[in-house]
Amino acid sequence: MGAPRPQRPKASIAIERIIEFVIRLSGVSAVFFVAAIFFFIFREAVPVLWDPDFDFAEFLFSKEWYPTSVNNVRYGTFALTIGTLSVTGVAIVLAVPFGLGAAIFISEFCSPKIKETLKIVIELLAAIPSVVWGFIGLTVMSKLIVSVTGTAVGVNLLNGGFILALMSVPVIVSIGEDALKAVPDSYREAALALGATRWETVFRVLLPAAKNGLLAAVLLGVGRAVGETMAVLMATGHAVQIPHGLLDSVRTLTANVAAELGEAPAGSSHYRVLFLTGVLLFAITLVVNVAADLAVRGIRRK
Amino acid sequence: MRENGRNAIVTRGLSLWYGSFQALIDVSIEVKEGQITSLIGPSGCGKTTLLRCFNRVNERYDYVRTSGGIEILGKNIYDSDVSLVELRKAVGMVFQRPNPLPVSVYENVVFGLRIHSKRRELKRSELDTAVEKALTEVGLWKDLKDRLDARATSLQLEQQQKLCIARLLPLKPEVILMDEPCSALDVEGTRAIEEQMFELKGRYTIVIVTHNMSQARRASDESIFMLMGRVVEHAKTEDLFLNPRNPKTLEYIEGRYG
Repeated sequence: MGAPRPQRPKASIAIERIIEFVIRLSGVSAVFFVAAIFFFIFREAVPVLWDPDFDFAEFLFSKEWYPTSVNNVRYGTFALTIGTLSVTGVAIVLAVPFGLGAAIFISEFCSPKIKETLKIVIELLAAIPSVVWGFIGLTVMSKLIVSVTGTAVGVNLLNGGFILALMSVPVIVSIGEDALKAVPDSYREAALALGATRWETVFRVLLPAAKNGLLAAVLLGVGRAVGETMAVLMATGHAVQIPHGLLDSVRTLTANVAAELGEAPAGSSHYRVLFLTGVLLFAITLVVNVAADLAVRGIRRK
Repeated sequence: MRENGRNAIVTRGLSLWYGSFQALIDVSIEVKEGQITSLIGPSGCGKTTLLRCFNRVNERYDYVRTSGGIEILGKNIYDSDVSLVELRKAVGMVFQRPNPLPVSVYENVVFGLRIHSKRRELKRSELDTAVEKALTEVGLWKDLKDRLDARATSLQLEQQQKLCIARLLPLKPEVILMDEPCSALDVEGTRAIEEQMFELKGRYTIVIVTHNMSQARRASDESIFMLMGRVVEHAKTEDLFLNPRNPKTLEYIEGRYG
């Protein structure tokens, strides 16, 4: 018999096993939750597909949304989908230049002191609850829009897009700044040593080098904009119509669900159609994510 | 080889501080035109710092302060009328780790031309010629002429480092600074870069920082030994290694410290 090997105490081995199990469980739980969400939303939504009043093509492509009509119920979400896409579009057009600009400034141009301050302020911006943003849209922005453009109603596509842009900017800035920070410093030195100015370095070296991360930043901003509910509910005017200009009121898919689910009797067709709207939102985000993935891969291959 | 004894780089009483730490103390050296001069010394002696003064790339950190003067080809580079862009065009730099930009081989070589000329003045044919000339000069043309669109970061390290030399050439620099250019390379790569230096010598003034004393001995005409931010000894390489005047130099080249 050799010398007794030093043994770890049984308790510490047991604790390690438990910790490992808990970590494993947390990792796998994400899959479980996604599956569960799918299951419950589908369970509420699917029966409506066999409802005689319901037509799937109408659901997708009709702009007639009259869920409580007594003699002619119509569940067309096309105007709502367009509402979501247009508000998101306006938000992205406003947020991307500002967000990326701010990310570039923070990462490359400002002094460390300003950088710290700006980062704290921007994080604060990200922490403002969406109902507060909605309140600002409803009171401040709406009056501003009325007085500047002379339109009758201040809660509209422009207002919602603007509020959403303000909400997406912090996301774009912080992810974008991380992406730029991850570019190796040796690239900057290489460009500077070749006589590039800071701007030339940013445009010719840093942006191409960080494009994957910057794309991710923009897409997370899009994700925030598509899914946002309360702020757009308050700021867009909540009118079911296809907008013809920036000053038309719109309603988004999310706002519609939030506003009507409380009033729809559980189990009714209206109730189930609202859940189906949830599935539609799911599908839209899925398309955005897959598109993003493909885009990133396409860029990487080059 | 030009041996007319003109000085390419002259420093006078050069001192440099990183915050409150003085990294260079009263450095006065003269680097001869067309020769290879090596800067040697133990880690932290200030040799890389000195090298990075010659194209003022040190100044991107705002806690760096310098005093004294540096003349490159007779012009004080700290004069207010000196443009950093022009200085860096004339004084190229090769870094310790090969750092080609994350674009194609072709774009790496023409990067300098693109940023230093107006868009309209650049003709595709001129760029093509410049790329062929520069890559031929560093011996990469044969290997890479069919892969000019490949990402530069996907090349072998040795090719990357040669590319980093090649991209300086279209700008027709006077001086090429090399900061331990072979430390990431194997024996073959090191030999290739050293041969490259011999090819370039005469037409360009080369200053190389190296940790590797045998490299300094093999590859340079003059050597400067630095210690704790000061220049201890500056002599022809063979004199410095065979008959060092300063006992500290002797101890260092014998490997007693460093």
